[in-house]
Amino acid sequence: MLHEPAAELGVDHASKRKTRLGIILFLVYAAIYAVFVIIGVLYTDLFGVKAIGNLNLAVVYGMGLIVLAALMGFIYNLMCSRMEDQMNGGAKI
Amino acid sequence: MIYDVSVWAIIIFLVFVAVVLGLSFYFGSRTKSASSYYAAGGTIHWGVNGIAFAGDYLSAASFLGICGMIAYAGYDGFLYSIGYLAGWVVALFLVAEPLKRLGKYTFTDALDSKFNSRGIKLTASISTLIVSIFYLIPQMVGAGDLVVPLLGLPHWAGVVIVGAIVIYIVATAGMTSTTYVQFIKGGLLITFSVILTIYILNNGFNLNPNENYHKFENISARIEGDQVVSTSNEKYQIVSQHQVGANTFVKLTADNINTWFKVEKVSDTLANLTEALNITSTSDGVTLYNGAPKSEKRFYQVGHFQKIIHNGVEVQETGPVGPFKFLSIMENSEVVLFKKVIFDDGDDKVTAFYQKPTKGSSILKPGLLLKVGKDSKLWDKINFLSLMIALFFGTSALPHILIRYYTVPSQRAARKSTIVAIVAIGFFYILTLYMGLGAMVNGVNDLESSNMSGPLLAKSFGIGIFSIISAIAFATVLGTVSGLIVASSGAIAHDFVDKYLKVEMTDIQKVRAGKFAAFGVGILAIILGILFKGMNVSFLVGLAFAVAASANLPSILMVIFWKKTTARGIASSIVVGIVSAVTIILLSPSMFERYGLPKADAIVPFDNPAIISMPLSFIVLVVVSLMTQKKKS
Repeated sequence: MLHEPAAELGVDHASKRKTRLGIILFLVYAAIYAVFVIIGVLYTDLFGVKAIGNLNLAVVYGMGLIVLAALMGFIYNLMCSRMEDQMNGGAKI
Repeated sequence: MIYDVSVWAIIIFLVFVAVVLGLSFYFGSRTKSASSYYAAGGTIHWGVNGIAFAGDYLSAASFLGICGMIAYAGYDGFLYSIGYLAGWVVALFLVAEPLKRLGKYTFTDALDSKFNSRGIKLTASISTLIVSIFYLIPQMVGAGDLVVPLLGLPHWAGVVIVGAIVIYIVATAGMTSTTYVQFIKGGLLITFSVILTIYILNNGFNLNPNENYHKFENISARIEGDQVVSTSNEKYQIVSQHQVGANTFVKLTADNINTWFKVEKVSDTLANLTEALNITSTSDGVTLYNGAPKSEKRFYQVGHFQKIIHNGVEVQETGPVGPFKFLSIMENSEVVLFKKVIFDDGDDKVTAFYQKPTKGSSILKPGLLLKVGKDSKLWDKINFLSLMIALFFGTSALPHILIRYYTVPSQRAARKSTIVAIVAIGFFYILTLYMGLGAMVNGVNDLESSNMSGPLLAKSFGIGIFSIISAIAFATVLGTVSGLIVASSGAIAHDFVDKYLKVEMTDIQKVRAGKFAAFGVGILAIILGILFKGMNVSFLVGLAFAVAASANLPSILMVIFWKKTTARGIASSIVVGIVSAVTIILLSPSMFERYGLPKADAIVPFDNPAIISMPLSFIVLVVVSLMTQKKKS
C-alpha cells in the first residue's frame, strides 16, 4: 500500500472554522442518534406508537436518521464551501 | 438445503464476474506508478467517486447480511443499516478533513505523522491486520453462501473457490479494487436492488407465497398430563417427547421418516401439534434433514404470513402495493417466524426450527433478536447499547475506508464524494428494509443460513435477476476480499517487516514478501470462512466495527484534537483496544455457541464489546499520554 499523498494541499485558512462546524454538526446528530438508542433501551414500546400516517416511530425515526445524515452532509458542504471561498480567496485547497 | 442448479444462472453469473474481473485487471494493469495509483482519484468526478465509495463500502455484510437479518428478525436487522450509515456522519464531520490535512493516506502513517514512533508502527500495523481479518471472515462466509445455490456445492467449497481466486489475483496481479470498478459495482448493486424492490412491491402479499410452498402440518393430539398419547392423523406413531425450556416437542414417525412437532396445549386433554423443521445429527455421524438425507430435499424454504390485514380486513392476497402501504400492511398483519432450539434426543443432537406466529407490530420495532423491551435483562440492554456504539463509531476507524477517502485531490471534492456516498448508501439501506421483509414473507428463506435471503428472493422472481444479483454480490466480495488481503499483506510486509523490523530488502524481495503475506492471509481467511459457516455476516461485521472503534478510533480522534497525545499513549490505546475487544468477543455467548457450549455459560454475557473496550481505550490513551509528556526544559 503506497503511502504518498495524491496531491499537495495548500494552506487552508478556513480549517479551524470548518473543524468547529464539523464538531457542532456531529454533536447534533449524535444527540439525535443517542435519543434513538435510549428509546430502544428504556422505552422500546414507544417505537410501536404510530408516528406518521400508519408508520410507527421505529420506522419513521430510523429512516429519518438516514435521511438526516444526507441533509446534514449537504448543509456541511454548503457552509464549508462558503467558508473556503471567503477565507481562501477562491484558491483550490 | 439442496438447491436446483440452473445452467443459465451459472452462465450469466460467470459472464458477469468475468466482465468485472476483466475490468479490474485492465484498470489495475494501468496503475504502474505511485502517482498513477492515485491518478484515477485526481481526474474522477466527485459524483463517480461517491458511487465508488458506496461500491467499496457495501460489502457482503450490507446486501447479504442485513437483508438476511431483517428476513429473520425484522427491525433488528434494520438497526445495522441505521448504524452503518450513521457512522459516515462521524467520518464526514470529525475525521475526514482533519486527517486529510495531516497529508497522510494510511491509518498507520496518519497516526505516526507527528511522532515517527516504532511503537505506533508496530501496533497500528497489527491493528490493521486484526481489523482486516475480522472484516474478511464475513466476506468469506458470504462468498461460500453465494456459491451454494448457484453451483450446488457445499459451503466450504465456495469459500475455497473464492479464496483461491483472490489469492491468485493478489499474488499475480496485485489487484486492488479501482475507482472505476467500484463505481460499476456500486451502481449495479443499487440499480438491481431498486429492481428487486419494485418486484417485491409489485408482487404484493399472499398467504401462499408460491405454488411449491410446503404445506406445514397441523394436527390435533390427545394429551394426558403433559404427555402426548395419540394424534388425529393415524399415519403417525409417537416416538419421543422433550421439554425444552417453556416449549414441548414431540417426535412422530411415518413411513420411516421422523418429524418433530411443537406441542401447544389447548385444554387438559387436547393439544395442537405444529410441524417444525429439524436437522438431526445422529450418533453414527449421519445428518438428517427432516428425517431424511439432504439429497431428498425435505428441508424446505420458509417464510409466510399467518394472516394478512389490508385496510382493516383479513385477506388472502393484496395485489401490488406502494412502499408505505407495504410497511403499513406488514405492521398490521401476522407473520410466521421460525425459532431455533437445540436439544438432545437420546444420542442424537436435534436442531429444531419451530413456527412462531409473530405480530407485524413486533417485527417492525427492535426486540426480536436483540431482546430489548420489558422482558429484557440488563445484559440484553447493554448488548444493544454496545452494538449501536460500535456501528456509530466503527466506520470512521476502518483502515480500508479511510484510505479510499483521499482519492480526490481537493477537500471540496472529497466532501462532495462523501455526501454522494452517504446518499447512495443511505438509499440502499432503506431498500434493505423492503428486500429483507420481502424475503421474510415470500417463502424463500433457508433456515441453515440467513445470508442468502436476498439472492434467494431474487431467485423467486426469476433466474436472470438471481444470477445478476449473485454475480454483483460475488464481485463485491471478490473486490472487498482482495482489498482486505492487500491491506493486510501491506501491514505485514511494508509496515511491520520493512518499517518496524527494518529488514533490509530489495524491491523484488519486498514484492515477494508482500505476496507471501497475501498467501498466508488468504489461507487464514479460507479456514476462518469455513469455521464461521452459518453465522450472519452482518453480525460478524458488527464485531469488526467494534474492534476498529476500540483499537483505532480513540487514536485517530486524539491525534487530531488533543495536543497532549503521545506516541506511547497511542500505542497503549491500540493494544488495550484490540485485546479488550477481542477477548470479550471470544468469551461472548455467540462464540460459546460456536464452540458447541451453552450460550448461558459464556463468561461475558453480551456479544458486542464496544461499550467496554472503546471507553477503556480512550482512558488508557489519556492516562498514558499524561504520564509520558515530554518535559519542557
